[in-house]
Amino acid sequence: MQKRSIVTIAYILFLLLPIYWLVAMSFKTTNEILSGFSLFPETFTWENYAVIFTDPTWYMGYVNSIIYVTLNTIISIAVALPAAYAFSRYRFLGDKQLFFWLLTNRMAPAAVFALPFFQLYSSVGLFDTHLAVALAHTLFNVPLAVWILEGFMGGVPKELDETAYVDGYSFPRFFVTIFIPSIKAGVGVAAFFCFMFSWVELLLGKTLTAVAAKPIAATMTKTASNAGYELGLLAAAGTLTIIPGAIVIYFVRNYIAKGFAMGRV
Amino acid sequence: MKTENQRAWFFVLPVLLLVAFNALIPMMTVVNYSVQETFGNNLFFWQGLDWFQNLMRSERFHAALGRQFMFTGLILLIEIPLGVAIAMSMPRKGFWVSICLVTMALPMLIPWNVVGAMWNIFTLPDIGLLGYFLNHVLGIPYDMTQNIFAAWVTIIVMDVWHWTSLVVLLSYAGLVSIPEAYYQAAKIDGASNFAVFRFIQLPKMKNVLTIAVLLRFIDSFNIYTEPFVLTGGGPGNSTTLLSIDLVKIALGQFDLGPAAAMSLIYFAITLLVSWLFFTLMTKDDAR
Repeated sequence: MQKRSIVTIAYILFLLLPIYWLVAMSFKTTNEILSGFSLFPETFTWENYAVIFTDPTWYMGYVNSIIYVTLNTIISIAVALPAAYAFSRYRFLGDKQLFFWLLTNRMAPAAVFALPFFQLYSSVGLFDTHLAVALAHTLFNVPLAVWILEGFMGGVPKELDETAYVDGYSFPRFFVTIFIPSIKAGVGVAAFFCFMFSWVELLLGKTLTAVAAKPIAATMTKTASNAGYELGLLAAAGTLTIIPGAIVIYFVRNYIAKGFAMGRV
Repeated sequence: MKTENQRAWFFVLPVLLLVAFNALIPMMTVVNYSVQETFGNNLFFWQGLDWFQNLMRSERFHAALGRQFMFTGLILLIEIPLGVAIAMSMPRKGFWVSICLVTMALPMLIPWNVVGAMWNIFTLPDIGLLGYFLNHVLGIPYDMTQNIFAAWVTIIVMDVWHWTSLVVLLSYAGLVSIPEAYYQAAKIDGASNFAVFRFIQLPKMKNVLTIAVLLRFIDSFNIYTEPFVLTGGGPGNSTTLLSIDLVKIALGQFDLGPAAAMSLIYFAITLLVSWLFFTLMTKDDAR
């Protein structure tokens, strides 16, 4: 048992080292970073964070990212729920083909879609809006959400539906008040995956925005090349991008392992 | 038992419209470009299948494809066994489970360019933790902007850092779904640790492992941001993977025709290999 946990501990240390370095770097002054190696910040400073929280080009990046990630999660789950229900409960013409076609979109390289997406969203007048990024990310998130939700719904016995109809529930009322609560864990897991992909993706987010909806990730790359090499600032911005993910993962931690096992994920 | 009901199409309709808007229109744009030549000003000329033929003979494409397969192959060979091993060594219950799950999922939730930037800072030869340690404590000359081998090791280690947890979480979910009675029965039979792994744990993990292999294949094959931020495709072209090369051609040089032809072949290869993995790994279930 002792020998086993060493593997886990070593792995977690390996995961935390680069993160530690990023956080340590964010509390150093640019001078200290460039003057040489130091394991801990010698002159501890909040300067880098102060810049981010006072400069709108910085903090609006976070606001933009959070807006389109939230939009994307809501849209993806809203359209995936009825579709997953159809796939898990009914047979219909072309159902298997449709399911497979949906999944193939998850396999598309984002680089393939960068330019066509730019043209498509420009031509419908959505370029540089939060909605454009949110919609573009649904291409990858909706198939995954349908897949995860369908797995969870398959685990709910069909008798539940039938009993509800016998009790005089209409379909929408049954779906919202009985069915969705019974697959809460699945909705949590699916939402987590939507959040995760939309939060971490950069290529499409950057291609589809210019100023008004520019994600934080794009702000970072632009700053990195414009203002020379302000490593401390870059590290502080990077550290802040870890926080939303950490919060979300903390809330769904109990569902994740269970969710994977129950669903077909 | 599922009932036959054609009205189920209405439930699928929103998804269908949304994905069709996002997938079919851009795809048609790509197909359209792939058979035409343009000199700007929205003037297009019919080019037939020339771009595809050029691509088949292009050494640049072959080299990028080769690097891509090498990268993805190494990733799968390292991450899948490592992920399974770590999942097996994790605690099954108690306080530490949450801590393990949360820390392990953390790298997956960091934006991809931050991952690249973070590893860049981490590996800087004189001021990065890893770079300093290798160069000045161990005395191994290490600079991934100069040395091809170092650059490759760095992007592989970065991906292992970034994505092994996905394999761990999936395998772990498979492992905790095994009832305790199985292990008791194995103990009574005097089964060795290896036998328990081979005949109880592995079969139970098969479904989640199929997903893990598929997702790791797809994502590592389509990888763009992290290696681009970390190495920029260099030194030289040594770490220019397929997506990096594609973006260079499409958005850098604006060669729409060749880029579109490359996109289609790229997508086709991803689909084909995913299908192969899926069929091979699930063929026993069909019987």
